[in-house]
This record gives sequence, C-alpha cells and structure tokens, in this order.
Amino acid sequence: MKRLIPLWIAAIAGFTVIASNFIPPAMGMSDLVTEMFSVLAAVAYVLGAASIAKVHLSKLSARRPGWGYSIVTLFCFTATLVVGLLKVAVPPGPRSPDLAFSGSYSEPGGALWWIYEYAISPITATLFALLAFYVASAAFRAFRAKNLEAALLLGTAFIILLGRTAAGGYLTGWFPEEISGLRLENFSIYIMQVFNTAGNRAIIIGIALGVAATSLRILLGIDRSYLGSGD
Amino acid sequence: MGLAVAVPILLQSRFPEKPTAIAKHAFDTINDLPDGSRVLLAFDFDPASEPELGPMASSLTRHAAMRGYKMYFITLWPFGTQMLTDKIREVILADFPQLVEGTDWVNLGFQAGNEAIMTQAKSDFKRTFPRDVRGIAVAQIPMMDEIRTTRDFACLIAVSAGYPGGKEWVQYVVTPERGSATPLKAVVGCTGVQTPQLFPYYPGQLDGLIGAIKGAAEYETLVNAEAERRTPGAPVPAKYLEAVRRMGPQMVAHVLMVSLIVLGNVIYFVGRRRGVNA
Repeated sequence: MKRLIPLWIAAIAGFTVIASNFIPPAMGMSDLVTEMFSVLAAVAYVLGAASIAKVHLSKLSARRPGWGYSIVTLFCFTATLVVGLLKVAVPPGPRSPDLAFSGSYSEPGGALWWIYEYAISPITATLFALLAFYVASAAFRAFRAKNLEAALLLGTAFIILLGRTAAGGYLTGWFPEEISGLRLENFSIYIMQVFNTAGNRAIIIGIALGVAATSLRILLGIDRSYLGSGD
Repeated sequence: MGLAVAVPILLQSRFPEKPTAIAKHAFDTINDLPDGSRVLLAFDFDPASEPELGPMASSLTRHAAMRGYKMYFITLWPFGTQMLTDKIREVILADFPQLVEGTDWVNLGFQAGNEAIMTQAKSDFKRTFPRDVRGIAVAQIPMMDEIRTTRDFACLIAVSAGYPGGKEWVQYVVTPERGSATPLKAVVGCTGVQTPQLFPYYPGQLDGLIGAIKGAAEYETLVNAEAERRTPGAPVPAKYLEAVRRMGPQMVAHVLMVSLIVLGNVIYFVGRRRGVNA
C-alpha cells in the first residue's frame, strides 16, 4: 500500500497535466495539481531544514570527525531562522511607519538583512570567485593539443576567450570590412550561433526524448526507482 | 590570476564596448514596447552570480523605468528577494523617485515551486503571487488589477543564473504563447555558462539574449546612450558603468588564461620532443 498510493498519485497527477494540454476543460484540474506541487515544494524547504538539523545534531552527539563545523552550522542556522521569524531589528514599513514589525523581514537595516549583506553575500561571492584560480590552474595543466579534436577545442577556446573581451577588437579590429566576419568578436558570435547551437539543439532534442520516455515509464508505474528501495 | 584581476580593478581600467547586433536586438525589443507596457522582471539569481548578473539587472531595470513601463518584479530563487530589493533601491528609489510603488512597480518577491510556479502564473498570476514582498494582498495593489495571466504582460525580462531560470521561462511560458496574436516577448540575461544553452532558442523563441558580463557591458552602453539622448550632458553615475568596469579584469584574466594555455602546450611539446629524441 505504501508503494501503491504514491504510484497512483504520480500517475493521476502526471496524466492530468498531460491531458490539460489537449483538453481545455482539464486545465482546472491541472492548475490544482501544480498548486499542490507548489505547496509540496514549500514544505520541502521545511523538510530540508529539519534534515540539516538532524544530520548535524547526530554528528555532534556522536562526536564524529568535523563535529566542530556542525556547531557552527547549527548556530548559524538557528540564528538566521530566529532572526528572520521574529523580524529582529526590522524597521517599520513605509506604509505603516507607526507600527512595529510592519516592515518586511528582509527590510534594509534589519538583522536578517545585515546577515545577508555582510555574511551570506560576501561569502558566496568569494566562493564563486575562487573559480577563477581553478580555471587558471586547469588552463595551464590540462589544456593540451594532444590530437586534432583537442586542438580544435583549444582553437575555439582562444577565439571565444579573446572575442568576448576588448582584446579581440585590439587584435583583429583592423581587419577590412570584406572579412569583418573573421574579426574575433564577430567570429566568436558565429561559433556560438552556428556550431554551438547545432550541437546544443541535438542535445536538447535527445534530452527531451529521454525525459518523455522516462516520464511515461514513471507514470505507467514501470519505473519505480523514485519510491526508494524499502517497503 | 589574483594580480590579473586586482590590477585592472585598482587602476579602474576601462575599455570601449561596441554593442553587437545581439545586444542591439535585446535593447530594441524592450525599447520598442508601447508606452505604459507591463513588463515582468524575473531575477532568478543569488549573490554568487551578482558580480556577473547584477549590472545587467540594473541596466534592464533602468531601461524599463526610463521608458515608463509598469514593472512587476518576481523571483523563483530564495535569495532572489534580496536581489530584487537591491535593484529596486539602487535604481528605482534612487533615480526614479517619481515612480509609485503599487502603481508603477511592485515587488512580488519569491515563490517556491520552480516550473510549477511558471505554469501556474501562466493560468492565474494573482493566485500564484497572492501578496507582495511586504505582505500586502494583490487585491489592494492597483497595478495588479490589470493582470490575470502572463499573457497580460508585453514582455518577460529574465535575469538568470541557472535552474530555474531563463531556459525554463522560455520553455514553459514564452514558447507556448509564440503562436498567439500577441505573443509574450522575452529577453533573457544570463551567465556565461548558460549562454551557449540559450543560443538554440534565439531568435525563434527568444527576442533578446544578453550573455554574461560582456553582453551586460554592451547593453549598459546602449542604455547609457539612450539616457544621454534623453538628457544630454547629464553625468553617468558610476553604478551604471559597472559592467564596462568589470570587463577590464575579465579581459586581463582571459589574456592570462590564453597565455597559460600556450605556455602549457609549449612545455608539453618541448617535453614530448625531448622524450622522443631520448
């Protein structure tokens, strides 16, 4: 029964959404299904938060390696949650300046805004910026013209890298109008619009066919892997 | 790499940007909308992508405000709310104080549900976004009276860093309406990684594509030129030159990477030759 009910829910919901594309009266049912999905998606955030708390609490209680990081995670998690829910230090909203707590939870000046502005934002931007160092290191160590395919890849990378900056203009901007298509900034767009688009379309069509086949297998109950292995 | 990025930043190096046909197409799509058009601005990114997408989000918001469109801001990313708030504060509240919240622009904030939210908005926008970011019911927001579904918008402007984002907006909302008498126009700004994935949709299903900081710099140049045309001689605030400024470090970093690749290959081939000779 624990497997049968989810199977039926998936089948009914899936076929309802498919049918709504062909039968206009089924649109209402389809909207209901997508609305239920949105509710589930919102609940998933709560489940996700509970899961994080559970994982780190068990790690902490078992004193597993790295338990110190769990303390930091749990502290930050709890502090952010409390600060957001209680609207700590949130100034009154502009529409009701006399009412405390009338401002949005993320109102500038509030504690949650402060956490976002001075902790989350710089940390995530810094982590993303670290990619530049990895890419530079990989460029030196890994990009080798070992064969024709690798040489073509390298050549394309050169054109795109230079064509997407002013360097392309400095290097090839003097090309006469008759061969302006060979200017790096134009040639990089040509590569993106022709070769890249052709390859990507093939991939997109392949993925779409795969998704359609997999979806049908799930809706018909042939593929039950999403239900997990237990009873 | 640290120096390659830091030196141009410290020296404030700027290089001229010549807008390409793609950037002009995106600009014209937005610029040519009828006066008073309703535009849906979906900012689906977070602080990690802000350096790349922030400047184009500013330019797009500024362009829409400059043209006097009614702006509806939404996001499908949890951290997108802050992105929306930042851009509204930076552009609308700072430079267009005459625009009234609820009449000229509204911040509808974040909704969880990815593509489900897109399909829901397509059939009932108000039920999908029942309150603005301050918790005010949409029934009390005058500019929401005109909105029933996404068909009531003239243009979708999506700035996206990944999933869900521009690609999903095109697939689930823009494409199904493509054959209608008044199709929803769409301009997508995205990261460099996403750009190749969105090219297959341009220009058939997508009216404008702004790719990475390079596209942002081109678009920013076009918007600044439009601002100059409207108010000749007015100085351009530094915040509207951010994309062009960020192209400086990018150029030096790209040149360094090309140099490193060349150097790595020289070493590789010299080593291989020696190995063969031995």
